[in-house]
Amino acid sequence: MKPVEIKEDIWWIGAVDWNRRSFHGYSVSPLGTTYNNYLIVDDKVALVDTVDKHFWGRLKCNVAQVLGDRKVDYFVINHLEPDHAGCLADAVEHYKPEKIYVSPMGEKAMKAHFHYKDWPVEVVPTGSTVSLGKYSLNFVETRMLHWPDSMLTYVPEAKLAFTNDAFGQNIASSERFADEYDPWVLEQSMRHYYANIVLPYSPMVIKTLDAIEDMGIEIDMICPDHGLIFRGDDVAWVIEKYREYAAQKPKNKAVIVYDSMWKSTEHMAEAVATGLADKGVSVKIYSMKADHHSIIMTEIFDAAAVVVGSPTHNNGILPLMADMLTYMKGLRPQNKIGAAIGSFGWSGECVKILTEWLEKMSMDVVDPVKQKFVPDHEGLGQCYELGLLLGDKIQEKLAE
Amino acid sequence: MEKYVCTVCGYVYDPEVGDPDNDVAPGTKFADIPDDWTCPICGAGKEEFEAES
Repeated sequence: MKPVEIKEDIWWIGAVDWNRRSFHGYSVSPLGTTYNNYLIVDDKVALVDTVDKHFWGRLKCNVAQVLGDRKVDYFVINHLEPDHAGCLADAVEHYKPEKIYVSPMGEKAMKAHFHYKDWPVEVVPTGSTVSLGKYSLNFVETRMLHWPDSMLTYVPEAKLAFTNDAFGQNIASSERFADEYDPWVLEQSMRHYYANIVLPYSPMVIKTLDAIEDMGIEIDMICPDHGLIFRGDDVAWVIEKYREYAAQKPKNKAVIVYDSMWKSTEHMAEAVATGLADKGVSVKIYSMKADHHSIIMTEIFDAAAVVVGSPTHNNGILPLMADMLTYMKGLRPQNKIGAAIGSFGWSGECVKILTEWLEKMSMDVVDPVKQKFVPDHEGLGQCYELGLLLGDKIQEKLAE
Repeated sequence: MEKYVCTVCGYVYDPEVGDPDNDVAPGTKFADIPDDWTCPICGAGKEEFEAES
């Protein structure tokens, strides 16, 4: 895709990665992604972030299309992860910038990534301003949103914020703006991105949005480093969405996620789901063999209850459930009721282990249901009762 | 009692407040927090904290 002028003399010069299907190896990205970076052409020329190293040629080509023979004076590095700063060493060597602006934690990360000796680095803590001519750059540290080095760069004269990973979505597209794209697909992609990447830092999201509100700055364009750019009415919409996501208010919804060897746990999951549905709860069942943990996590994100199921396997749980639980715990979901189910042959540690995981996630845990070999009518009845109980608990939670 | 700052994310541990969500009662000195406690914001270990200057 060619460079696009998004405001007067401010250009999107990113790379569209149409074939990317795995985002950083832990999340799926079925629609591909983009590595957005930007160029501000003023008395001084500033390059905001770079792209994945694979696209270094694209970056040079895009810069040349916009600048011709003019040089790049400044770099702004909002985050050091390789999908954004991957071309930094090549770019420093090629453009020989006068300054590289980076957050205090960014400087530490940059040293550890690139082991440079003589780069013209200038640390810009929150409140620092750099003038480019008609435009200026205001820097705001956004620590742990989602890495320690994360930074936001605001251009007051253009009312534009470069937000790096915040507000991103994994969408490869020929469109550059959210208002040009299918809104349903956009919202699903935002939700997936938030649930799998930003979720643990929800307290920081609220803090940052409050700080921006207190600063009283006007924003009419949000430019993330992945996916589509938000402008006009979409700015308020996406900020509201982030507040909603960060609040982690549960919905009248439960997710059952399980792995099964000979279908006993699978049948138990279905019986629990029937109980929940009879209480008017929207239920989704996921087998770990059928879906990726990031897809399941997107559903767990706004559910009021999570039921986890596994048979006992070698005195433990099945490995795909261990994967899911490790992944889920790292994302620190809040405000959830948890329950464990599982079958067993000789020893039956499964529900104890599953329950411990749920407790580690501070869930409001109810008594598990365990069945030997193949559950009969009565055994499945206990699962159905668990569903009914969870349904009542969910209604209580929603009434809080 | 002295406050401690997480050098990774900037979270400040205030002994008067403690970290009740993670079983650290108000009034607990930083030194008395269990060694396996981690920063409630970024998850960094206790060794990443420094006394507030």
